[in-house]
Amino acid sequence: MLDVLTGFVAELRAAGLPVSMTEAIDAAEAVHHIPLEDRQALKYALAATLVKSSAHWKAFETAFEVYFAVRGPRHGANGRDGLDDEAAGDLDRDDEGAGEGAGVGRGQGSGGGEPLSAEELAEMLFRALLSANNAQVAALARQAVTRYAGMEPGRPVGGTYYLYRTLRNLDLDGLLRRLLEAARQEAGGELTPLEERLATDEFRARLDRLRRELEDEIRRRLVADRGAEALARSLRKPLPEDVDFMHATREELTALRRAIHPLTRKLAVRLARKRRHGRKGALDFRSTVRHSLSTGGVPVDPKFRYPRPAKPEILVVADISGSVASFARFTLHLVYAIASQFSKVRSFVFIDGIDEVTRFFEGVDDVAEALHRINTEADVVWVDGHSDYGHAFSVFWERWGEEITPRTSVLLLGDARNNYHASQAWVLQEMRHRARHLYWLNPEPRAYWGTGDSILDEYGVHCDAVYECRNLRQLEQFVSELA
Amino acid sequence: MSAPDDRSAAVAADGAVQGPLGFPDPGPPRFDSVADVRSRLAQAGYLTDDGMAGVVHLADRLAKPVLVEGPAGTGKTELAKSVARVTGSRLIRLQCYEGLDESKALYEWNYRKQLLRIQAQQVVDDDPVPASAGSRGGGRTWHELEEDIFSEEFLLTRPLLEAIRSREPVVLLIDEVDRVELETEALLLEVLSDYQVSIPELGTVRAERIPMVFLTSNNTRELSEALKRRCLYLHLDYPSLEREREIVLTRVPGVSEELADQVARIVRSLRTLELKKYPSVSETLDWARTLVVLGVESVDAEQAKATLHVLLKYRSDLERAAKELSTGEGDANRTVRPA
Repeated sequence: MLDVLTGFVAELRAAGLPVSMTEAIDAAEAVHHIPLEDRQALKYALAATLVKSSAHWKAFETAFEVYFAVRGPRHGANGRDGLDDEAAGDLDRDDEGAGEGAGVGRGQGSGGGEPLSAEELAEMLFRALLSANNAQVAALARQAVTRYAGMEPGRPVGGTYYLYRTLRNLDLDGLLRRLLEAARQEAGGELTPLEERLATDEFRARLDRLRRELEDEIRRRLVADRGAEALARSLRKPLPEDVDFMHATREELTALRRAIHPLTRKLAVRLARKRRHGRKGALDFRSTVRHSLSTGGVPVDPKFRYPRPAKPEILVVADISGSVASFARFTLHLVYAIASQFSKVRSFVFIDGIDEVTRFFEGVDDVAEALHRINTEADVVWVDGHSDYGHAFSVFWERWGEEITPRTSVLLLGDARNNYHASQAWVLQEMRHRARHLYWLNPEPRAYWGTGDSILDEYGVHCDAVYECRNLRQLEQFVSELA
Repeated sequence: MSAPDDRSAAVAADGAVQGPLGFPDPGPPRFDSVADVRSRLAQAGYLTDDGMAGVVHLADRLAKPVLVEGPAGTGKTELAKSVARVTGSRLIRLQCYEGLDESKALYEWNYRKQLLRIQAQQVVDDDPVPASAGSRGGGRTWHELEEDIFSEEFLLTRPLLEAIRSREPVVLLIDEVDRVELETEALLLEVLSDYQVSIPELGTVRAERIPMVFLTSNNTRELSEALKRRCLYLHLDYPSLEREREIVLTRVPGVSEELADQVARIVRSLRTLELKKYPSVSETLDWARTLVVLGVESVDAEQAKATLHVLLKYRSDLERAAKELSTGEGDANRTVRPA
């Protein structure tokens, strides 16, 4: 047990979780106090002692599922308990096939007996989902993996591909439609919008469950095939704060969007604190002399001015061309959210033309809607819709350059990939003269800067600082420095 | 898994670490098993899931504090209260706020009483020279006096010290620990890891019995590593559909099963929207109560809209929810398929 545990802790550390020595000891002690045969209890005991942040839960769960996987594809009979009688026979036969070679043939359970046909499988899955029969869903998930994933032993993959293949064959969206149709018929014709909505969410939850079952099953087979350590290495994913904006999957993007909200709240708290605890203002000479009169002209009690909170104005100029779109969207999200902290935030977006988009954010409660309007309504294409930093900057300077004041911080967001157009770097030089700060945030790794058509070096010399900004951690750090 | 053996082993190990000074007696275990935690908390009207019950059980066995984190209104504080209720312990609560310091959290000398004591001494002695002036003979009496005024009689105990000194079983709740400054957290560390408080004038006060400690946090800032390391971590999220339905059934008198089910399902749907603030469990309960009072048997879209303000506290959220609930389709951005 201790061996498994140390291996597990090492894996968590490798995945980036900060697990200290004492926490590992706590975990070992905690394991004594729970019944070992109870897998859930073990999971929660380890989670309570080793994982101290909810953002790390997913990484922990993945590692746990791998290290403490129930070995072998037939993990107990409980999966078959809930099956209808006639179905149980079919499944039994096929389970044998799965048991012998978790990926012998492409899709075909190659054991004895005929596996379920595709139609039968889909039909049974549909019925199981409709009646929320979890045990049967789990059993059918195993079937589906055997049939569709086409797993090949020894391939060093994380299983995403297998999952994708299985899901494509199962056609979850089609299932959802069928389930909804069935619900409608059950209600006798039409559902009210509210009922329809609730039914949709319910079926979505069930389908999510099916997906998780599929993932588990694939993982179980991979562990059986390649062993925990090797698999854990290929399953390792970056923690939410380290997810790269540019290469985030859709799920990760959703998670990131949700993470932005608490982030801004944290930033607001931190900023407010910093202001309150910051040093006092400069000596107020007049007031000090006035008050010294009561002590015979001796300035016993020096008076200070009240600190004036620095409220920087911010101009955000973001590239929203395809190459950096997701990054820019994030930053706009964040900019919108921290707008209350700054006296004035104006945003501009460009591809080869440039347009002000501040108006889209005003009086809108919903950021997503604002972003949608930016994407559809902002006038950012000048000639061909390929990034042209030079043109965008010079237009910016012409139209809004006057509005940069010594209180303005200018943030430029983009990868500086200019498609070999003229750089017009003089604009940045002028900006810097006029603005308080000029920062450049680049979502590309530092190593790529200045390669190919990236002309960041040309722009960079005119900026106060150029930051690499690829994930939430770096973004957070930058904003707190800015404030 | 037999309780007494485990416990004695733990004490022996701790005793060896602590040396002859002796580790405070954790007392008999409060719970037999995870199932025991669940059933007893359920009797007190607090429904747990496996994770929560497991952590409470471990906290009891390992004598470790629990750090409970999660969105507002998911029952973090209520958990501590319920544990106190079922174990028959006294609940001592320390509400954290910005600017909390030693004198509010740990202990304080009762200056007025001390001053009074000094003045009384002077009257008794009928000595015109202040004792502190250190006149002839004053040195000895001053020393005595000092011993006297820094005794327990003049000590005002604050929640942390009180929890440590209590002879009866105690549950200590340190609420919203994320509100204190990072530096102030250090105050808690000695109490949390060693269950003792050092008072320079008096020495170290050790726990008579190890209290169960719950810290809650709304996650407005990262807590320090030092604090996290000493605690078990429990993340309380919004409950699952089934659990929420059960909660509504137990906590709202007069609610029918059908209504509870509907309430839980609507709330779940609301939580999938992108809102400024998601409805919390306490708001779900308020909503269910409202519906019961209004005599609603089954919620339709109109009634839901009319009472949504109990659940949602932002105008934009309200509008959005009303719009979403009256369109059958789910959020267009969400899909069951992976990317």
